[in-house]
Amino acid sequence: MRRNQVAVVGAAETTELGVVPNASQLQLHADAALNAIADAGLKLSDIDGFATAVETPQQVCHYLGIKPTWVDGTSVGGCSFMLHVRHAAAAIEAGLCKTVLITHAESGKSMIGKAPRSIPADSLQGQFEAPFGVYGPPSMFPIPVLRFMKTYGITHEQLAAVAVVQREWAAKNPRAMMKDPITVADVLNSRMIAYPFRLLQCCLVTDGGGALILTSADRARDFPRKPVYIMGTGESVETPMVSQMETFNSSRAFKTAGPLAFKEAGIAHKDVDHLMIYDAFAHLPLFGLGDLGFMPHEETGKFIADGNTRPGGKLPLNTNGGGLSYMHSGMYGMYALQESVRQMRGIAPAQVPNAKISVCHGVGGMFAASGTIVFTNER
Amino acid sequence: MAEPQRARPKPTPETQHFWDGTKAGELRLQRCDACAHVYFPPRPFCPSCASRKVSIFKASGKGFLYSYVINHRPAAPGFTPPYAIAVVELAEGPRMMSNIIDCPQTPEALELDMKLEVAFQALDDKITLPVFRPAKG
Repeated sequence: MRRNQVAVVGAAETTELGVVPNASQLQLHADAALNAIADAGLKLSDIDGFATAVETPQQVCHYLGIKPTWVDGTSVGGCSFMLHVRHAAAAIEAGLCKTVLITHAESGKSMIGKAPRSIPADSLQGQFEAPFGVYGPPSMFPIPVLRFMKTYGITHEQLAAVAVVQREWAAKNPRAMMKDPITVADVLNSRMIAYPFRLLQCCLVTDGGGALILTSADRARDFPRKPVYIMGTGESVETPMVSQMETFNSSRAFKTAGPLAFKEAGIAHKDVDHLMIYDAFAHLPLFGLGDLGFMPHEETGKFIADGNTRPGGKLPLNTNGGGLSYMHSGMYGMYALQESVRQMRGIAPAQVPNAKISVCHGVGGMFAASGTIVFTNER
Repeated sequence: MAEPQRARPKPTPETQHFWDGTKAGELRLQRCDACAHVYFPPRPFCPSCASRKVSIFKASGKGFLYSYVINHRPAAPGFTPPYAIAVVELAEGPRMMSNIIDCPQTPEALELDMKLEVAFQALDDKITLPVFRPAKG
């Protein structure tokens, strides 16, 4: 795909984030969509392309009153929205539609109008993982961690530092769920969830949503907000079974999606001013820094523990506070994209001064899928 | 009220041989007749070269502890926390999720790379699960 041909011209989260007991999941989709449409200065009837995950496009389109000529229901977990951005950019370039709305919402905490996740007993996961006691992401996502630590000499303290640093960023974000400072000792003394991970190394469970509006870069100049261009994109999937990953020393999906996006954008790692790496659990930023090629995996733990990703550090990472401290409704990718767009617009609460290139990297399932978007505010 | 039950696998036509094997006290894997690739989970073709000529064979049951978590909360129905959810790398190459028996469920006892051997745990008269214990000797 050619770089900078498509731009984000509308972006918004739901009016409320966190615990939202007064809205169903479907209404949260609509709330985010209406906020993004207002942000872009558009009318509902201007939307001719639509993408969402978990909920079907027909469900959300009908509720909102949208009549699309292009839809994408790609649903590969929390990074689905990165894939939607990639697919929407291709569709706009191909002339299939002009103005795409992407929505995410999840009543992850209040569970209003949200179908519970279940594993069919005759699926491969139901036969070869569920009988051994996996029960939700905390029991599955950290399974590779001990191998990763042993291979690369990563310490428990370094993995605790991920949560500490992200709490520093969260403290600068009024909408972050958790803002009180924490120490490495606090993390290592918090309640055990699934060894080696403790409560503060696991993501929040909240309600909320977000929406993006994309159009061609040529049209983007006429919108009220500063356009944020899609510079590069990548995607891949590996396996829905964490036990069947090629290796626990890296993520094949990360190693495919990330470099694709960098290559398409034509950038080097030193060009990256701002970075989001989907952090459902504390090991993900380490996998991401290594698999995206920022540094050898061995150095990732020390890099974060030494403060390089904290406010004022040389590689600002997860500047909203991340899934660990900002919010995590279950599929966090949309919130990472929202923060990248805010940073590129120059309006983030914890704004990185003069940031021109933002890389936003997502995961779906337990390393099952990945999507990477490179944004820029310069065409 | 009955105790909540552990998740029970439901075999499909492609996996029936595996579950017949565990019931008979065998850990069965598949090998490609064309390229010799050994793979898991079961399927009637080779995921490496796409050949449909594949054979089922009895694996050695030997392996080592590749990685694990010790789950504290929330516990799956039928499990008493803390319990380890392990991934075992088999001598033949494939990895599989399992549990470790005859071993304290602690980081000290569960050493990565420790040698393991398969054991079989009957859930009921139809389904037997493959689990692993520290290898003797």
